[in-house]
Amino acid sequence: MSELLQFLFSGVTVGAVYALVALGFTIIYNASDVVNFAQGEFVMLGGMLTFAGSAAGLPLLLAAVIAILATAAMGVLMNKLAIEPARGAPVVSLIIITIGASIFIRGGTQLIFGKQIHTYPSISGDTPIRIMGATILPQSLWVILGAVLVFIGLWLFFTRTLLGRAVLATSNNRLAAQLVGINTNFVMTLSFALSAGIGALAGVLISPITMTSYDVGLALALKGFAAAMLGGMGNPKGALVGGLLLGLMEALTAGYLSSQYKDAAAFIIILAVLFFLPQGLFGRKSTERV
Amino acid sequence: MSEHLLSIEGLGITFGGLKAVDDVSFTVRPGEIVSVIGPNGAGKTTLFNMISGIYLPGRGKVMLGGEDVTGLSPNLLAQRGMSRTFQNLQIFQSMTVLENAIAGYHLTERGSVLADLLNLPGSRRRAAAAAEGARALLTRVGLDRAADREAGSLSYGALKRLEIARALALSPKILLLDEPAAGCNAVETEEIDHLIAEVAASGVAILLVEHDMKMVMRISNHIVVLDHGEKIAEGDPATISRDPAVIAAYLGTDAQTASETETADAQG
Amino acid sequence: MKLSSKHVTLLVLLALVAISPMLFPSGYYYRVGALIFVNAFAVTGIVILTGYAGQISLGHAGFAGIGAYACALAPVHLGLHPALAAVLGALISAVLAWLVGRPILRLKGYYLGVATLGFGILVSMVLNNERQLTGGPDGMEVPDLGLRGVLKDWGLDLSNGQFWYFFSGICLLIGAWLALNLYHSPTGRALRALHGSEIAARVVGVDVAREKLKAFVISAVYASVSGSLLALQNKFITPDVAGFMHSIEMVTMAVLGGVGSVLGAVFGTAVLTLLPQVLTAFGEYEQLILGLVMMLVMIFLPAGLLPSILRKLRGAEA
Repeated sequence: MSELLQFLFSGVTVGAVYALVALGFTIIYNASDVVNFAQGEFVMLGGMLTFAGSAAGLPLLLAAVIAILATAAMGVLMNKLAIEPARGAPVVSLIIITIGASIFIRGGTQLIFGKQIHTYPSISGDTPIRIMGATILPQSLWVILGAVLVFIGLWLFFTRTLLGRAVLATSNNRLAAQLVGINTNFVMTLSFALSAGIGALAGVLISPITMTSYDVGLALALKGFAAAMLGGMGNPKGALVGGLLLGLMEALTAGYLSSQYKDAAAFIIILAVLFFLPQGLFGRKSTERV
Repeated sequence: MSEHLLSIEGLGITFGGLKAVDDVSFTVRPGEIVSVIGPNGAGKTTLFNMISGIYLPGRGKVMLGGEDVTGLSPNLLAQRGMSRTFQNLQIFQSMTVLENAIAGYHLTERGSVLADLLNLPGSRRRAAAAAEGARALLTRVGLDRAADREAGSLSYGALKRLEIARALALSPKILLLDEPAAGCNAVETEEIDHLIAEVAASGVAILLVEHDMKMVMRISNHIVVLDHGEKIAEGDPATISRDPAVIAAYLGTDAQTASETETADAQG
Repeated sequence: MKLSSKHVTLLVLLALVAISPMLFPSGYYYRVGALIFVNAFAVTGIVILTGYAGQISLGHAGFAGIGAYACALAPVHLGLHPALAAVLGALISAVLAWLVGRPILRLKGYYLGVATLGFGILVSMVLNNERQLTGGPDGMEVPDLGLRGVLKDWGLDLSNGQFWYFFSGICLLIGAWLALNLYHSPTGRALRALHGSEIAARVVGVDVAREKLKAFVISAVYASVSGSLLALQNKFITPDVAGFMHSIEMVTMAVLGGVGSVLGAVFGTAVLTLLPQVLTAFGEYEQLILGLVMMLVMIFLPAGLLPSILRKLRGAEA
């Protein structure tokens, strides 16, 4: 029982990070129909920049805030320089552009910060908390709390604010949104900023547990992408459920079956889900129009 | 009186609680031109999409040559002799005009993929036969000189004719034409008009959705009128143009066009 | 006589294979050339899948991995000749592609992307984890093809680099010939038709699922053979051959050059294979520049390098 609980704890922690990455995918996808494979690099930047800031003598909290803002700015730049000029390009060209951006960011980070693995102190120390025979790191609680706050905040943003509704309207029908006077370019910029910022936050929170280096982004992007597809691309609820499910599946497979094949279980289940639900768990069903 | 080739029995479909098409029945015989008319949003294209297997009907049956083909996918319907064109063109844009027409011969030119990879004589023979047929069809629709152009570069009217040529390549028993004259000028409309009559004369059943009332009244043997997804009238052109329910459905301009056409027909 | 585009492509490729060595300053370039041909072979398969049929795969390196490890494992465990091992690898890839493709080719766009991605990751995970069999991440040795020795007995003495250059070049020519045949054949037409409009293709009788599956299986065999060639040429193989980055490389090479045509894909492959060689001169800036090139080409030349260059040339003529 305590063993199961232990696996659940680690699954939810990792799952919360996947959910945040998947949410980043979802926000950008909704605004622009682009799947941004550089999403993982935002997570990496969050961790690396926080480390760099605190190494330069800044208080950790300030370093984290700067890291998140800088990453959000990076997201905006990426949209302006790489995505907007390629509007209307086929899916596979967009995939290559975002992968190019991801390689570029990774290369740049390596150039500036080197190849070392970095970490920085947890927010509330590293003494594990004991719950019913299992333990959980205080930092895990911060990760989970961060994810919960982001999801609640976004939900309020999308349902309660005019700007949030404008974003939703744009994702439903870009042209119609333009016609009613929504600045869709601004919505795209905002989406990239938001999604880069959320990615960076995930990186800030998880790095004390997993550590970080210039090359952690790709694996996270693939997991986040898979989680987003599992939940159904374009649906924030899908991102949350997909991310948590993926994290739990990995933790349970690693715990009970084989840690080497934890990624395999995740992808086998994704294939199975897509087999029965080609649009993912909560995806929109599209009707062909002729 | 020949057998019914296509028989639609109580066909219906619901989208989000709205009955887009409800309980529509009619029949088409070989060589007959049946038109489906109705105001915008009456459900004509939806009806076409159900008959041609693109939408799965919620209720009712589609019988083709005595066989129940309800819900069969379009490629299986193609094998059974059904072919169609689209209101919003569905052209293979990056292929040449000739290749678009050849694509219509898919069922007769397809063969072993190994033969295709190795360019074996069998594969070449099949492709050559299809190309020959396609060229003849392009001549028939007046596109022979554009054969090697990229299809995307053609005018709207020419693309409409290309779609008809591609549909004819299947040697269909029944041809569904969704607004073949939409966006065409008077000359092009008349050409299409002749083409349809010619095809029907060769024994192919034609089901037509068209907004050009003059054309409908001129070439149809039988007209089915839809309004709000339901069949409100059915009969020969003369009967339909006098039907009060039809005139009411068209309210104003279209009804007037219809009655003018009738007068024109009576005079002509 | 007017040459068809198919013959022009084959002649250009033939000239490329035959004439390039005259420009090689050293034997090292034979190796680079061979690598380009091997990569281009896999990319030709992507042209069929993505360029003809419009389907995306982010996991084709999985098939390359199967082809590569077939050449490493089958000679040791089954006593097969390496050439037969490559054939066996291609068969396994074909069967696997058929089994995997049937359910996942119903998916569209990004969903197909993630499903193929999952497949590729599963293969690379097995290769990484089954250490007893594959040696894990350290890789394993691959036996010699033995053909060079045979040629030597016949009086044709080639260096290892030369042999693999010409052997891979000939393989690529055959691969290109098959792909070009397919393009102009009934099957190729059906694939391009469903790429253009799936609905219209179905209406003219194309069994869309079946035709997509054919393209998937054929492209898997191309990837598998490419993996085999790579393994035999290097006489050593690591699971990287099946990795996600290799899948992405294949797609990028194809799209960068111009995914619609075999020649464009070969061109893109050459550029992307040579680029890292050139970029090593830039040392630490290598990754940065590679990412930049990928973005710039796709933003400014969305049709791919070769079609865009050809259009410019034609524009200059007119």
